[in-house]
Order: sequence, then C-alpha cells, then structure tokens
Amino acid sequence: MEATLASIVAAASPLVYAAIGETIAEKAGVVNLSLEGSIMLSAMTGFAVAFVTGSVLMGFLAAAAVGMLIAAVVAVASIELRLNQIAVGFVLTLLAIELSSFLGDPYVGQPGQQVSALAIPVLSGLPVLGKVLFDHNLSVYGSYLAVLASYLFIFRTRRGLELQGVGERPEAAFARGIPVNRLRYVYTMVGGALAGIAGAAFSLDQKLGWSEGRTSNFGWIALAIVIFGGWHPSRVAFGAYLFGLLQTAALKLQPVFPGLSQILPLLPFVLMIFALVLVYMRVFRDLADRHPLLRGLLSADPPSALGTSFHRE
Amino acid sequence: MRPLGLPGSAASRLLPVVLALGVALLLLKLAGAPPLEAMRLLVEGSVGSSAKVSDTLAAWVPLALVSAGLVITFAAGLWNIGVEGQIVAGAIAATWVAREVPGPAPLLVALTLVAGVVGGALWALLAGVLRTRGRVNEIFGGLGLDFVASGLAIFLIIGPWKRKGIASTSGTELFRPETWLPTVGPSRLPALAIGLAVAAVILVFLLMRGTLFGLRLKAVGRNARSAHLMGIPTERYTLSAFALCGALAGLAGTIQATGVFHKLVPAVSGGYGFLGILVVLLAGFRASWIAPIALFFAAIAVGSTQLSLRLDLDSSLAGVLQGVLVLFVILAGGWRVRRSRARAGSAPQEEA
Repeated sequence: MEATLASIVAAASPLVYAAIGETIAEKAGVVNLSLEGSIMLSAMTGFAVAFVTGSVLMGFLAAAAVGMLIAAVVAVASIELRLNQIAVGFVLTLLAIELSSFLGDPYVGQPGQQVSALAIPVLSGLPVLGKVLFDHNLSVYGSYLAVLASYLFIFRTRRGLELQGVGERPEAAFARGIPVNRLRYVYTMVGGALAGIAGAAFSLDQKLGWSEGRTSNFGWIALAIVIFGGWHPSRVAFGAYLFGLLQTAALKLQPVFPGLSQILPLLPFVLMIFALVLVYMRVFRDLADRHPLLRGLLSADPPSALGTSFHRE
Repeated sequence: MRPLGLPGSAASRLLPVVLALGVALLLLKLAGAPPLEAMRLLVEGSVGSSAKVSDTLAAWVPLALVSAGLVITFAAGLWNIGVEGQIVAGAIAATWVAREVPGPAPLLVALTLVAGVVGGALWALLAGVLRTRGRVNEIFGGLGLDFVASGLAIFLIIGPWKRKGIASTSGTELFRPETWLPTVGPSRLPALAIGLAVAAVILVFLLMRGTLFGLRLKAVGRNARSAHLMGIPTERYTLSAFALCGALAGLAGTIQATGVFHKLVPAVSGGYGFLGILVVLLAGFRASWIAPIALFFAAIAVGSTQLSLRLDLDSSLAGVLQGVLVLFVILAGGWRVRRSRARAGSAPQEEA
C-alpha cells in the first residue's frame, strides 16, 4: 500500500511541474498550448544534455531553457504580435514534437543518466507518510515545492495579487501602475521553464531514457488538469495525483486483463479528459452553483482575460 | 478567425518561406548530412518518377479532404482538434462494412465510402453536442474523443477483429479485394480518391464563397452572440460544421483503410488530422489555398522517406520543415499587421 502510494506520488511529479507551470502562465492571462511539444522536446534535450555532459543537473537546466524558449515564442506572438495564442501554441506543439524526433534520433535507446535517490533524513522515518512522500529524489521533492511555492506566491503575496490582476483585469492593473505585458512575459516564461523541467523529470526520472513520442499525450493531460483544477495550485496538484492514481491502477490491472494490455495504458487519458468534461458540463455546473460546498470544490472560472492581448491605447 | 497565413501579396511574404528553408538546411548540417543532396533527394523522392507522383497524390488525398473539412469548422470559430478521432471513426465504420457486408465490388466500395462519411460525421457530432449542450470546450472534448477513437481501434484490432490466431497491433486481416478502392495503372494512381478529394475541395470552396450557409456560418464564427440575435440558429450551424468536417475526415479515414492499407491499422489517421490544421492555418483559413498547400506538404512528407532510406536521417525532417514554415508565416503575418498598425497611428482596436 505504502509502496503503491509512493509510486503514484512519484509518477505524478512531472505532470505536477507542467500543470503548475501552465497554471501560472494562464493566471497571467496567457495560454501556452504548446505543452505537449514543450514537454517532449525538453524531455529529449534534458536526456541528451545529461547523456553528453554526465550531469543530471545540466540536463534539467537545458530542459528548462528549452521550455522557456518555446514559451518566449508564445509570449512574443501573443503580446507583441497579438496573434491567436491557440494557433501559435498548436503549431509550436507539432513543431517541437517533430524536432524532438529529428534531433533525438541519435539518443534513442541509449542508457543515460538518472536522478539519484535521496531519502530526506528525519522525515522519511515518519510512519506511512515518510515512505510515501519523503523517500524519493530531488525531482519529486521539487514538485511539492512547485505546488507549495506557487500557492503561497499567488494567494499570499503582493506580487501574486498583481499576477492575478494581470490575468483578471489587465486594464485595471495597468491603471494601478502594474506593467501588464512585462509581467506576462515573466510568468509565461516561468511556466515554460516548469514545463521544461517536467520533460526532464520524465526522461531523467519517471520514464528514463529517450525514444520517439516518449511523453506522448502528457502535455495535453497537463492542460486538461489545469482546467480540472480550476486554476488553483492545490486542486491542480490533486488532478495530477488523480491521474497518477489512474495510471498506477491501469498498470496493476494489466496482468488481470492480459487481453487488454494495449488499451489499459490509454484508459487514464480517456478518464481524465472525461472527468474534465464532467467539470465543464452545464448540469454539473448548475449543481455546483446550488451547493456551497461543491462550489468551493468545483468552481472553475478561468481568469477573465485568459487568451486575450492587452494594449493601452 | 482573424486572417493568418500566406495569402496576400508582396515579396516580403517570401521571407518566412526562405527562412524556413534556411532552418531546414541548418538542421541538416547539424545532423551531419549534405544539405543540398538532401534537398535533391526530397524532390526526387516526391516527384522523381510516376510511382513517386502516385505516392504523393495518395498522401495529398486525405490531407486535402481533412483540410477542406477544417476550413468549415474554423469558419464557425471552432478548433476541431477531434479531427484525428473522426478520421479513425470513419475508418472503423468502413472496416465494419468491408468485413461484414457481402456484395459486388462497385457497390461495396460505395458502401464503405458512405459508412466512413457517416461514421466520421457522427463522431464529430459527439464533440459538437458536448460543446453546444454541455459547454465543453471543443479542444478538450475533441481530444478526449481522439483518445477514445484510437483506443477503440486498438481494441477492435487486437480483440473482435484480430487476425486468425494472432492478436497483433499490426492490423486486421486484409480486406477482400472487392472492397479495395480502385487504382489506375502500374503506379497505382488512386484516381477515384483523387476525384473525391478534388470534388470536396471545390464544394467547400463554393460553400464558403457563394452560399447563404457559408455566410451565416462565418457570422456564427465571428460573433456567435450577434449571429444569434440576428436570428441565425447558432447551435444548428455549429453542429452542421462539425458534421461536415467529420464527414470529410471520415472519408479520408475510409480511403486510408480501403485504398492505402487495405486493412484497419492503429495509426490509420497517419497524423493527417493535425497536419490538416497546419495546412489550414498556413492557408489563412481560405479554401482556395488548400489544394496547393496540401500538395506541397504531401510532397515533403513523401519525399522525406527517401532521406531516411538514403541518408539515414529521421524522416521527421518533413514535419520540422512544415512546422517551421507555418510558424514563420504566422509570425510574419502578425509582424506585418503590427507595422501597419503602427503606421496607421495606433487606432484603438480590440480583439480576442
């Protein structure tokens, strides 16, 4: 049981990074739809750089840089050129996936570096929780930090309030002297860096190694989880762990239904998307609106200015 | 949808194309391949012989069909990401007919095509109903249905429709030859499929250009609320757009199954759905540009297989070239608008 829970927590860690990163960008009003491609290309880059330099840290840094670079293109396109964020993100997704196959070709199937295990001294000795949460590695611990830090930053600091203002009411924020577009650059790129780290967390930790399409569909799931989590870090993290649970369940069911072994890995993706569909459904929304408890748990209104460009004129 | 993409005038529009080519050459250099030789192979591999031309046209057919369908959903302001699933759904429906229904060759071919069209349209309507009735964003509803369709295809291939004795994801048993889409000549030119694709592209062009339906659809896409206030039944138009796009995607899936693979395979969509979205973005959502751009993309895709055979390069170079091209063209378009905006003295302009 403990081991299963621990494996869920670890398996979900890349998705936590990616979904938290996207939450930050979307809170600032920018949709970075390129996650699927960003994660794939940064997974490849992280693996390749760690392979060449022999340093896992270098791999993570390179992956973060790739994610940040792609996010920068999204930011320039949406802020300076006022292009449709969905269009640019979609093109970048396909481009990054193809680039990952082309540039990653020499690294397919190579045995590479891996994040080394590191139990946290005192905490890992705790009953149950110690094994589940504190007997992993830095990549997994970092994912907790991402959730905690983003939550505290967004909801408990002045800068976080500004970030929300930029995504909710950019005109009002601007009138109060907040540099809307500069902050959008910053947060989109921070989000991109986290998507990049997610890629490295796959190829250097959770899905060791590189092959074409290594992280297929995880980026789409991360995007779905952000909506599922209502743009709230702790609920977003919950979504990521829920997906980790579904994945682990699918894995455990494989020996039970050997005939379905090829389909079971697809099921978590289907279920997660349909969980999202439920959250979207009007019937369900109405229900949530009537019950205060459900409302707190499910209300999922996007930042008002999400996907729009801001310019003072 | 706001204008994006290629159409327009002036030599400055060539710049992104040249830049994209430059990136491709640079990548070839990085991969240690002789760039010019690679480019020559790319051309030779796509149009170098009548067999190659046939292959390129065979790749053009599904891409043109899907892109034509996507012009309709984009006009209605919809991101039909579910198009991949619609291709698969069409192929599954056609496979059912090809396996189960008896009859003479011409009738069977017609039946598979009809089944594919219906299958694709119904699958698209699912995403449509989720959007209009459930308020589910069509990107995620479509994505979910993509997962379901590919899961269903794999399930059928290794389950109920598995080959005798072995369940393998390499595909079902080959269809009976009576159900194969006919081809012409020794280079197996898919004449009927080409005819269907040409007809589809022309029909979509006419639909968007000269009919009340097209005009109203665009009104719905531009501003659904005011279209509704003008008395246009927006839900019916949204669903029609989904159904029409799904029908064309399903037709593409059918042609892939009965004309190319002669069986159902898990990768029956061949990625043409997402590639079609790139084609339509590059075409600036205009039907008149679909055919040439799809032909160009098909040529690159087919030609790049030569690169992997002869130069041992990954054939994804084709996708890189296509992606870079679309990205640069879109960015350059935004840049031009920005410049003209600056020149016009920055008049207030709101956009979503």
